[in-house]
Order: sequence, then C-alpha cells, then structure tokens
Amino acid sequence: MPVKVMIPTPLRPYAGKRDSAEFQAKTVGEALGHLTTEFAELRKHLFTEEGKLRSFVNVYVNDEDIRYLAKENTPTKDGDTISIIPSIAGGCN
Amino acid sequence: MADESTLWISGHLAEKIRAHGAETYPHECCGALLGRDSGMVGETDPEKVAATLQREILGLFPLVNRREDSPRNRFSVTSDDVLAAEKEARAHGVDVVGWYHSHPDHPARPSEYDRDHAWPWYSYIIVSVQNGAPQEMTSWRLNDDRQEFSPEGIEIRHRAAV
Repeated sequence: MPVKVMIPTPLRPYAGKRDSAEFQAKTVGEALGHLTTEFAELRKHLFTEEGKLRSFVNVYVNDEDIRYLAKENTPTKDGDTISIIPSIAGGCN
Repeated sequence: MADESTLWISGHLAEKIRAHGAETYPHECCGALLGRDSGMVGETDPEKVAATLQREILGLFPLVNRREDSPRNRFSVTSDDVLAAEKEARAHGVDVVGWYHSHPDHPARPSEYDRDHAWPWYSYIIVSVQNGAPQEMTSWRLNDDRQEFSPEGIEIRHRAAV
C-alpha cells in the first residue's frame, strides 16, 4: 500500500484538480519529490528556488508535524497519509 | 487565472473586517474568509467550475495574530488555526477561500512579505487602517508564477447571490 499525499484546495489546480495522490516512498522528501515530479507546477508553491520547503508550508505525517520528527527525512510506511497545511502570514512592509 | 476575478461580500461582513482592523490597531488583525466560488454548488463539470472567477464570502472566522514580536507590521496564523478555520467552514458547508488582514498606517497594497508567504487561489483581503480608522479595503490573488498579485474586484452586496 503506498503513501497518500493530500493536496490542499488552493493547490489542486496545479495537480490535475486531484485532492490526493499516492506514491511508493520511504521518506516524506521522497513522496514530495514524486508529487512535484508528477505535478511540476506544484513545486514553486511548496519549495523555494533553493529547494527548501517554504517557511509557511507545514507537512504532517498522519498527525505529526515533520518539523518535530526528521523533517523531510521523516520515514514513511505503507498506508501513511501526508498532509500539506499552510500557515498564513503577511504584513505591511 | 486571477485576471478578472470578483469577490462578493455583504456590507455587514465588510464592515466586520474593518471593525476588526480598528479594534486591533496599531496591531494587524487577521482572519479567514469562508465562502465558495459561484457555480460550485451542484456544478460537477470541472471546466465550468474552473472558468468561474466569481467568489462569494458568506462568513468570517476572526483569528488571533500570533506574531508577538512585531504585530504592528506582521501577522501570522498557525497551521492549527488554519485547520480550525477549515473545520468551521466545513460545518457550514463552505470552504476557506481566503484570508484578511489589516495594514496599520500603510496602504491596502500587498507587500513583498505578503507575496512571499501567499498561495494562489486564495483571496487576500487587505484593509488599511490609518490612525485607528479603517480606510480602503482591497482584495488580491497571487498569480500562478508567484511574481505578483492581481487585484480582485470587491462587490458589496446586501444579499449573497447564489
């Protein structure tokens, strides 16, 4: 059973309007790599030009924030669900 | 994609956003916009849904600005807040379609910081609050290439059109 990546509503237009996609992956980074290879337009909304996850993009494996695990090296197992949740930020200057 | 989009909002909700901006002045206020894209209800043809650029705001979910270090020129909403807003939206059969925040003593124009922290598709309402009094209110959508925002027309309605 593969890993399931849930695609948030704002990014579905860049993922063939899909709400999820499944990949064989051993880590979160690998799953996100497959996701952004299959849907290349997603990449710039998730990663900086330097290839780092954007600061406001939060990734969870099941209910665990990968920031408190091993970040993109967090291992995944069959049947895990990866969620991408933004934190919203802005400011006047 | 967001070239000629229009946001419908009732006068009552528009006033609530302004009041929130005045209430938190000189700090930034923030909250979620709950609503739907017109044509979405009962519309199953994805082409028709995609062609729809009109969006209506049916509710607000005011949030606490989590930035304690620089709340006068920054706002932050945690992922937990985002999940809470999405839960509230689902309970009312709508979606989180965007976010609002205030610019205390600054114009209602998105900053570079706003652009760097935005996603496309969402509507971003900004209300300028000058000396504590809410002024211009604008709405923006980030372009697909992330290079700039496009302005989104705001249409104040007494009753949401369904």
